[in-house]
Amino acid sequence: MNAREREQYLREYSILKNQGKPFLYSVAKDSVMACITLGVIILMAVLFGAELGPKADPTTTTYTPRPEWYFFFLFELLRVVKPPSLVFLATVGIPTICLVLLLLLPFFDRGPERNPLRRPIAVTAGIATIAAMAYLTVLGALAGAPSEIELATAPQFERGKEVTASAGCLACHKIGENGGTLGPSLTHIGDRLGRDAIARTLVNPTPPMPSYQAYRTQNPKQFNELVNYVASLKGEN
Amino acid sequence: MRLPAPPRPRFLRPAPPRPGRNGANGRNAAPETQKPTAKDTAVEGAASAIGWLDERTGATPFVRYMLYRKVPKGVNWFYTLGSATLFAFLSQAVTGVFLAMYYEPDPTRAYESASRITNEVFLGELVRGMHRWGATVMIVLIFLHMGRTFFFGAYKYPRELNWVIGVVLLVLTLAMGLTGYLLPFDQRSFWATVVAVNINASGPIVGPYLADFLRAGAEFGPTTIARFYALHMLAIPGLIAALIGAHLYLVVKLGVTAPPWLKAEKKDLLREEI
Repeated sequence: MNAREREQYLREYSILKNQGKPFLYSVAKDSVMACITLGVIILMAVLFGAELGPKADPTTTTYTPRPEWYFFFLFELLRVVKPPSLVFLATVGIPTICLVLLLLLPFFDRGPERNPLRRPIAVTAGIATIAAMAYLTVLGALAGAPSEIELATAPQFERGKEVTASAGCLACHKIGENGGTLGPSLTHIGDRLGRDAIARTLVNPTPPMPSYQAYRTQNPKQFNELVNYVASLKGEN
Repeated sequence: MRLPAPPRPRFLRPAPPRPGRNGANGRNAAPETQKPTAKDTAVEGAASAIGWLDERTGATPFVRYMLYRKVPKGVNWFYTLGSATLFAFLSQAVTGVFLAMYYEPDPTRAYESASRITNEVFLGELVRGMHRWGATVMIVLIFLHMGRTFFFGAYKYPRELNWVIGVVLLVLTLAMGLTGYLLPFDQRSFWATVVAVNINASGPIVGPYLADFLRAGAEFGPTTIARFYALHMLAIPGLIAALIGAHLYLVVKLGVTAPPWLKAEKKDLLREEI
């Protein structure tokens, strides 16, 4: 906006403002909205309550973390970006760039036009941003915890793959493209350890890995499927 | 025969008759004025109280300006999103105060106190639920308010600075969500916070320092939770309140934007020029 456009805006605005009503009149609308807000908050509190899970235990490693829903889009970005060399882009790079762009929006979008119908670029960019965030949020909500294994598997191990994904192994171990790097990679573990050796390691592991003894006694069937799946992970099929 | 009245000190003397009232000798007496009713007394009392305040603060012109300033015509329900966000913040503040009365920011007692609030304290679960879902409502309202500002072009001249303040408020609100998530200290909140802080640590240059600051050390330690608590209930809300003040000041000073499809009529513009 140049000086003339600024002057024109201020003049036009002062006319529109003078034709309006005192602020006192909008207090009614604001109050109605405040009541609706409070009503929604109380309703959600009554309907959904405030769940409190099991106490935090820094020694467990099987817990797969999950943020509050409004951080899902950041979280999902982390899952979409796979190569380790680019992870910093997902964690800090892209969000920071987006935030700086958002913060400086009025300094690069300086056109005098305010009507959304006559600002095609701004409105398209805005809708695209909202759509991207909504898409990532929905993905994050559907995907659940970051405990998904994307490695292709023979159909008989499909069930074991799900068990493994939800058992928390990925918190430390890498299987294919997914999982942490604290423990050794399990992608080709079947080459080095047999089925029984894997079961022994699970029950009686080297610290800091937690023991799956309790898991075996509580869910013997799942434990078996898990072991079968992990044993099937071989380099050359 | 009347004796002359003895001389009396000034404060015991009867007040001299006011002009216009019935005279001292009772002749030409005007009808007795009515006694002030309770309503008159109340109005008078309120007026004098306001007068007292105004004499000392000079606030009346300010309040009058606030309430009677014009808001452009065509203002609709979308314009209530900002005040609704403010209201959600106030609700968070009030429920937060009540939670703080029972909460103990200590790793060995945090979970127990949260569970006591949920299960034992009168209406505790409701207040905790309101605080938890109030955060969601506030975030949603902020994004809606931001969307309104964006699509109505309300961030443009002369309101650029208010947009910047608004974005900072959004970031601070997200930081509230992050720091508050740890406080119940259950598995979910603990591990999500560990991951969030690790993500912070992966940032360039300041990242590791920020993560160390948040954790109060290289690892999650006994003082981490107290640190998150202090940030969550003192530092960030204080900043948010101050910035909301600046945000509102600018809204009042610059005026509420008119809907972008409204244009002043030609004849009004011309009249303005003359």
